[in-house]
Amino acid sequence: MKARIKFRKYGSLRFIGHLDVMRYFQKVMRRSEIPIAFTGGYSPHMIMSFAQPLGVGVTSDGEYLDIQLTAPVASERAVAKMNAVMAEGIEVLSFVQIPEEKKYSGMTITAAADYRVTLLESARSAEQTRRIPGILKAQAEHFLGQEEIKVWKATKRSEMEVDIKPMIYDMQVGDADIRLFLAAGSEHNLKPDLVMEAFLDFCGEEKGAYPLHFHRIDVYAKNPDAWADEKAAHVRGAGLVTLESLGKKIGE
Amino acid sequence: MRKLALNDEILLKIEKPARYIGGEVNSVMKDPEKVDIRFAMCFPDVYEIGMSHLGIQILYDMFNQWEDVWCERVYSPWIDLDKIMRKEKIPLFALESQDPVKEFDFLGITLQYEMCYTNVLQVLDLAGIPLEAKGRSGEDPLVIGGGPCAYNPEPLAEFFDLFYIGDGETVYRQLLDLYKENKSNSGTRQDYLRKASEIEGIYVPSLYDVTYNADGTLASFSPSVPHVPKTVKKQMVLSLTDTYYPKRPVVPFIKVTQDRVVLEIQRGCIRGCRFCQAGMLYRPTRERDVEKLKEYASQMLKNTGHEEISLSSLSSSDYSRLKELVDFLIEEFKGKGINISLPSLRIDAFSLDVMEHVQDVRKSSLTFAPEAGSQRMRNVINKGLTEEEILTGAGQAFEGGWNKVKLYFMLGLPTETQEDMRAIPELADKIARRYYEIPKEERSGKCQITTSTSFFIPKPFTPFQWARMYSNEEYIARAAIVKHAFNDQLNRKSLKYNWHDAEITVLEGVFARGDRRCSKVLLEAYRLGCIYDAWTKVFDYGKWLKAFENTGTSMAFYNERERKIDELLPWDFIDIGVTKEFLVREWERAMKGEVTKNCREQCSGCGAARFGGGVCNESKN
Repeated sequence: MKARIKFRKYGSLRFIGHLDVMRYFQKVMRRSEIPIAFTGGYSPHMIMSFAQPLGVGVTSDGEYLDIQLTAPVASERAVAKMNAVMAEGIEVLSFVQIPEEKKYSGMTITAAADYRVTLLESARSAEQTRRIPGILKAQAEHFLGQEEIKVWKATKRSEMEVDIKPMIYDMQVGDADIRLFLAAGSEHNLKPDLVMEAFLDFCGEEKGAYPLHFHRIDVYAKNPDAWADEKAAHVRGAGLVTLESLGKKIGE
Repeated sequence: MRKLALNDEILLKIEKPARYIGGEVNSVMKDPEKVDIRFAMCFPDVYEIGMSHLGIQILYDMFNQWEDVWCERVYSPWIDLDKIMRKEKIPLFALESQDPVKEFDFLGITLQYEMCYTNVLQVLDLAGIPLEAKGRSGEDPLVIGGGPCAYNPEPLAEFFDLFYIGDGETVYRQLLDLYKENKSNSGTRQDYLRKASEIEGIYVPSLYDVTYNADGTLASFSPSVPHVPKTVKKQMVLSLTDTYYPKRPVVPFIKVTQDRVVLEIQRGCIRGCRFCQAGMLYRPTRERDVEKLKEYASQMLKNTGHEEISLSSLSSSDYSRLKELVDFLIEEFKGKGINISLPSLRIDAFSLDVMEHVQDVRKSSLTFAPEAGSQRMRNVINKGLTEEEILTGAGQAFEGGWNKVKLYFMLGLPTETQEDMRAIPELADKIARRYYEIPKEERSGKCQITTSTSFFIPKPFTPFQWARMYSNEEYIARAAIVKHAFNDQLNRKSLKYNWHDAEITVLEGVFARGDRRCSKVLLEAYRLGCIYDAWTKVFDYGKWLKAFENTGTSMAFYNERERKIDELLPWDFIDIGVTKEFLVREWERAMKGEVTKNCREQCSGCGAARFGGGVCNESKN
């Protein structure tokens, strides 16, 4: 049986990188005695995959990992067991069953993610936010109205210029924050800091003029066939639903 | 939510911010208002090293079981953060509460190797505590040192208020109760230190006077105040089974050096290798009950979620219930994806069989530590491992599918000749020859014999404490002789030789057997910018040479003369149970190449029987 775990990452654990979060969850599985399956071979490892890595410093209310179980566990019990052995800064929000086929795994279906970006009084603290200046709000429409939005994107080997406009599904500049809805996943992936850098540059702001904090709200999938519960799915844009809504609760 | 001592901007700028945020699973939070004593426990090296140390986990667990004490952890900030903290004047903080160390009652620093001494100064400095104990006031924490290097505390004497000599499990409660009592009587720091010096195992350096002879050697070492004991007695837990052990060790977020459950199966070693300090300091050998260990293993794996368990001891093969314990671990945990690692095992049929069960033979390598190449030299150091045993063990391993061997030796041992040096590559070659005796179709390609040498450093409380060392250049010359001899071997293509620089060796030598005057070299080196000397990429030998020069200190005085048997040594005031007469006897036997039997074969009357426990009592049952 396959299960999907949704968790949030907050407080001081935003300084823990992706690889360490993976190691952390392996230990959580053992401490909470979740019946997770292992690969075969001489050095077996847990069958576990994360949907979308999160950058250091970023907080999130919608992180996902999929695991393979050797026996069913009721959703509520699994959540309680894991949270009982958790460090402050990571909290499991839900535990649902997902279809067995590989094409429904979090890594494969991830298509988008949305973010809340706040402007900070100072880079020293993500707590002290400031209101979004009118000038930025006024520019948002023009920014998105451009034919293309070219930025330099660092790849593994070099840097290349790409048009990120098709990867920005939505951008709302409000009074308190900026909401971004961006392509995510293995096919197209756009990081929110890249968008903000392009936007602030477009507004004529000096680099680093606004210290920012990024918070991921949720991660979305396309092809919401399978088991999507349309009502709970927070359907966004082009029929995208949260990864969580593609699973179903496991009863006692 | 806990407020962090470092702001986001700093945390996002430095390497591995997780080193400084605390909050790990099983770390202990208490209400500072509800405890009487706040204890900061420090390992003066980077987090990943410090977190891998079992001793601190044991003491952390012990202290925090006491309701009136909150023990927190402190490690050396890495050089990137070190610079920022100095520039922005951020005081060093403890991981749990993130409060400044300066506000604590005690700062305990474990001294595991000499090359962390400048980091001790770094920790004090960043904490805002005066480096020298005499400059501290009632506002400053009491700085207490412990661990193996505390057995010659003298080079650090100026920087510590107290030293704790021996196993930490014994008199800390007494020391803390005295602290509370002194506080409620409005006693001063001096009052406390005087009374503390009367607790067995506690050394208060400021209460002793030292004088020197014209030739620089010690003339006298004695208490300067009445009631302060002339000798300080090592503390020891007689029963390891009935003492503290951390069933819920702290689980780091980032990968640390020892990222696994560690089971300390015994303390001490029966072997009596003459170069080995731990082998003398921790006498008599004491075992932990096997049933207790099984219980701990299960609890600790459950409480940490670690995927590996390792046994810890100086010589695991000598643990009397090893087979039972290992069988249990394999039976119980192997099927649950838990790795079992067994360091410091003697290579024989039993250990090879065990290793086949717990690791991938093709990937792993066998480790032998003959320590010396020739049998003569091995007799001098009392390393009871014969060439025949090595070749038999290697042969069995090769037939079992292994083809990688690691060998560890020391160069510069007392009485070493060129012949002894050349015997190292010769032994490596014999092992390779043994491999190629196996028919071609039955072996898997070439074998790989990797030999590493380090340079011998005489340590206090060993039979070699009187031995001379050599200069940096002489050590390198010896390594070159070995290197050349490797080129002459038949199987040289299967042999690899590694050796280290000797710069760190000679410094370790000075501080291992140094006296109080060495503290000014440390201060000067620190002032010149030395920290993290155990890290080769940071270590700066030039600055050290300058520190010796600026303070008019001779390295040769400490390293390159053979001490006379009747010379007063800086650590003679400590009584470890093993007598000086025994060490002298062993030194003389070494010079004659005579082997001394291990504790289980025959008692050699070292003096540790006085404690009335451990292996000394076994034979009487």
